[in-house]
This record gives sequence, C-alpha cells and structure tokens, in this order.
Amino acid sequence: MDIKVRVWRQSGPTAGGKMVTYDVKGISPDASFLEMIDVLNETLILNGDDPIAFDHDCREGICGACSMVINGVAHGPEKATTTCQLHMRKFKDGDVIDVEPWRAAAFPVIKDLVVDRSAFDKIIQAGGYITAPTGTAPDAHATPVPKKDADAAFEAATCIGCGACVAACPNGSSMLFTAAKIAHLGLMPQGQPERDSRVIDMLQAQDDAGFGGCTNAGECTTVCPKGIPLSLIGRLNSDYRKAISKR
Amino acid sequence: MAVDTPIPKTANAAGATARPTPRKSVRPSSVILKLVMAVSGALLVLFLFAHAAGNLKIFVGETDFDHYAEWLRELGTPLLPHGWFLWIQRIGLLAGIGLHIWAATVLTIRAKKARPVKYAHRPKIQGSYAARTMRWGGVIIVLFVIYHILDLTTGTFNPAGGDSDPSARVVAGFAPERWYVTLFYTLAVVSVGFHLRHGIWSAFRTLGQQTTKGERRAQAVALVLSVVLVAMYLSVPFAVLTGLVG
Repeated sequence: MDIKVRVWRQSGPTAGGKMVTYDVKGISPDASFLEMIDVLNETLILNGDDPIAFDHDCREGICGACSMVINGVAHGPEKATTTCQLHMRKFKDGDVIDVEPWRAAAFPVIKDLVVDRSAFDKIIQAGGYITAPTGTAPDAHATPVPKKDADAAFEAATCIGCGACVAACPNGSSMLFTAAKIAHLGLMPQGQPERDSRVIDMLQAQDDAGFGGCTNAGECTTVCPKGIPLSLIGRLNSDYRKAISKR
Repeated sequence: MAVDTPIPKTANAAGATARPTPRKSVRPSSVILKLVMAVSGALLVLFLFAHAAGNLKIFVGETDFDHYAEWLRELGTPLLPHGWFLWIQRIGLLAGIGLHIWAATVLTIRAKKARPVKYAHRPKIQGSYAARTMRWGGVIIVLFVIYHILDLTTGTFNPAGGDSDPSARVVAGFAPERWYVTLFYTLAVVSVGFHLRHGIWSAFRTLGQQTTKGERRAQAVALVLSVVLVAMYLSVPFAVLTGLVG
C-alpha cells in the first residue's frame, strides 16, 4: 500500500508544532499502524531526519501507551481497538491519514505524538488504591464477592488508562477514566472503607489537573479501546453526591 | 510477614479513612456544578410544564384563559397579598436560571481551558445534535425568553399593548400577518425541545442514574417529555394562525 501521513511534529514541550506530510510506500496491509510508523521512521533516520517520537510498549492492546488521534478519532477508526492493534488493511491505498497527539491542557505534548499523562497518575495517587496490609496474599475465598459485582468491577478494571476518553471528549474531561477507577474499587468489599474519600479526592485531583467537566456527550465511551460504559459516570456522580452529603 | 501482623501505620493506613480530606481548592467541583445544573434545570422544566398546561386553557375559551391569568395573581391569597405568588415564582425562576447559566458558564470556561490546542482533523462529534448544541441552544433560549416577556407579559412588542387582556395579546401576537413572530416562536420552542432532550437525560445521569437499561429508559423519558412539551407550546400559536382560536 502507498499512503500519505500528515503527522504533528513538535521538537519539544515549548516549541511550536505543525502537521508535516510524509509519503509511505510499499506498506503491507497486515502491518499495524505502529509498524507503519516504524517503517516511516527507518526512512527518516536513513535520510538523516529526526524520527517521529511516539509512545508504545506492549503492542498487544493492554498497556495503553500508543496514544494517537488518527483522522480525528482517538486510536483510529476501529472500534474497541488500540492504535497498536489497528492494521493498515483498515485504510485504502492512496489514503491521506492525519495523526495528532492527544489534545488536552492536562496532557502537554513532550515531543511529536508523545504527551505527558502524569495527570492520570495524580488522579490515581489521590485515591485509586485500597489500604491493606501487604504480606502473604490472602486466600481467594476469604472475602466473598457476588459474581455480578466481580464481573462489573472487572469490566471497569479493564481500563488501561490510555487517555483516549480525554482526547475524544469535547470538554477535555477524564470523567470516564476516573469513573472506571472509582467503580472498580468501589464495587469490591475491599474498596468500601475509602469509598467516600476516594471519589472526593480523585475528582478534586482531576479538576486540579485541568480536565474539563462531563456533559454526557458520550464521545469517551465511543473511542474507549476497552468499551468502558458511560453509565459508570452516573455511578461516580451518585457516589460523589452521597460522599459530600456525609461531610 | 505473618498474616496476623497489625496494619502498619503508614501514611495511607493511618490517614486515608480517619482524616477528613483537606480541601485543596475553593473552586466548586465539576460534579457540584453539574448537580446545580441538574436541580435548577429540573425546576425550570417543572415550570415549563405548568406554563404549557396553563396555555392550553385558551382552547377552553378566551375568557377562561383570562380568568386563569387572574387566578395566578390570586394564588395564595389571603395568605399572600394579590400578585405575590407570581412575584415569588418569578424570583425563584430567576434564581434557577441564574444558577443554571452560572454553572454552565464556569463549566464551559473550564472545558475551553482543558483543550487549548484544537485538533487539525476533527470529525463532527458523534453524540446527538442536541448534545452538541446545548451551549448555543441555551443562549438562543435566553434571548427568546427576553423577547417572549416583552411580547406577551409586558406587551411592549405586542400590537394589543400591555393593558389588554392576556388572551387578546395572544391572538394579536400570533396573528397571521405576524407570521415571522410565529416562525421565531416555533424555532425557539424547538430549540427548547432539543435542549431538554439532552438536558433531561443528562440530569438523570448527574443525579446518579447508572445502569445501561436505565440509560435507555431515561433517554426515552427525555425524548417523550421534550416532544410533548414542544407540541403543547406550538399548539397555541398555530391555533391562532389557523383561526382555531381568536
């Protein structure tokens, strides 16, 4: 396949950036999107140019590193798929593909397509944990969990923290991410002692990091590679309302 | 470490559950602002339904409609002096509108700040038309409400004038030769309908609706309420336009 990519190039956090067009020729339709950029980077390096910086790690759709907005859609056109699992056969020969970094004040660009997502770490540090003694792992059946709750908690826990929800949200909000974390801990018996402080602190950290508020537009869940449901935001709202009423 | 070792007094173990969280900022949280919008919006929707129901009295007869308007002023008497109920309601509505717009403005400013650099390639938001047009739709509704009060409440823009009977103002205001007024009303009422279609559902979600099944139900309720409200409001000007009333 021969395609053109228009990629956001920005040499550093404070530098200005622009979209730069590159020709990519002879790409296998079975190549992943990241492999396509690898091939392009090899050419750039051979020509003495600076390769395109982008985040990637597991390349099997579970680490959440490969943050790219492809033709205006976080992680590209394929539903419930990360960029690394997106294949070039989803595009047509001769396509011009726009690739941009996540755009959010809380996710400043470090270089090209790489953004600093430590704002998510700050949200997790504020309450995305349970307080439990470390040591020998407890017996699996020591604390019974209803199957329904375990399944719902697991669904929420599949959030890989990639930030696509923020990238897609018209308000630059991380509400789906925070809601997923609150649900996956709050559905478990181990998560109950800190359930109230967790929702208040994590929401505070999210607001302080400069994310916007939720308007229930539903863009986040549409692009989420793990299909985290929008309804979890209702759970966050409900938990929050109950928590502040106890203050 | 033995299983029965007491919980070590680390910062987390000692603090997280016992100590109240220190408030780092005095800004209202985004969920508080959404709650303000949901509650004030719900009050405004209740008013819209009461107002629409009152409007329909014109189909019973123009004198009945005028009596209804007078009854609104007598409501609460003799506990309240004449006309006080209406003024209390107006102050309540203004407070509701004020809070709704204030919260929306703060959230809009935060949303704009949250994405300082726009995407070069951005397809249309995939959410509903109603969800996309909440902010500008709200501005249009405010402008309409101002015109609406000057037209039918004070009579400033009404051919029948402010001293006429309420029914006379309705009949004169939506007279066939003033078709552009009716057109403007129609557009404004439809934009209220779109605003409520997303707004009512969004309020359910903000107030804690959290199941997928309930989500569909809440969206259906929002759609039905919006359509019914639009139909109630549009029936009056179109009845005047077609000569059914007047």
